[in-house]
Amino acid sequence: MPGTMLVCRDVTELVTDFVEGRMSFWDRARFQLHIGMCRHCREYVRQMRKTSQLFGETPNEPLSPDVEAEMLRRFKDWKSS
Amino acid sequence: MTSSTGDGDLVRRLIAGDEDAFRDLLAAYHTNMVRLARSFVRNPATAEEVAQETWLQVLNGLDKFEGRSTLKSWIFSILANRARTRAVRDGRTLLFSDMSGEAGDTESAVDPSRFNAAGYWHLPPRPWDDLTPERLAASGQLGERLAGAMDQLPDAQRAVVMLRDVEGCSSEEACNILGVTETNQRVLLHRGRSRLRRLLEPLMELERDH
Repeated sequence: MPGTMLVCRDVTELVTDFVEGRMSFWDRARFQLHIGMCRHCREYVRQMRKTSQLFGETPNEPLSPDVEAEMLRRFKDWKSS
Repeated sequence: MTSSTGDGDLVRRLIAGDEDAFRDLLAAYHTNMVRLARSFVRNPATAEEVAQETWLQVLNGLDKFEGRSTLKSWIFSILANRARTRAVRDGRTLLFSDMSGEAGDTESAVDPSRFNAAGYWHLPPRPWDDLTPERLAASGQLGERLAGAMDQLPDAQRAVVMLRDVEGCSSEEACNILGVTETNQRVLLHRGRSRLRRLLEPLMELERDH
């Protein structure tokens, strides 16, 4: 394994492979070595995780009452068919 | 949220005509189904139509649902197929594999001017304030801000991020629903999440003058 070190720009392009667990052993080791030494990149990885998490945690936009009423009407039609 | 045992129960209630079960399912998925459909069909009214037709197809197919996938991923597969068919009919095709059609192949995760020539941070990310989401949620703005950022993503990126991060699908489920390879899915997810981080950055940074 060539000992090329990652630079910060590499980290910002590899972060998704890292959080998705899609890295080879050596790539993962190089990534971890970099973020172990670079607090800015640690912050970057944290922000990427946070971004993903925020979208998962935030409740859905509510359904419009008109659409709900229409769909329930169709559900009743379906039920009686 | 939808384990396969829970799905079996839900399917039985729907087949029995339980309106509350259907209402819960609508609340859980309908608005996100419309948003996913909009990756394929531009017109919002068409996307709404596609989502509504999907529900009928779901109801009519319930007795054939075998629980080999989750109910959620089955519903979103039906939606994606209908939306794709509708888009083709309207003369529009969303190519998930042709990334050059979407904001270029050279899209960087971070504005290149934030690095020095060697590739190290010149303008590093400033720490985020973990209380910002709570504050935005308290003033009822969080959902709107996140939806606004999501709507700025290119169509294929938005479709992948919707399924992975909003709906919590696995990468395998997202690939099956959208008919993309794992590698394409990951590239789109990476670009989508990176762009969302950039869009959220001004909102989330700690105020300098506190």
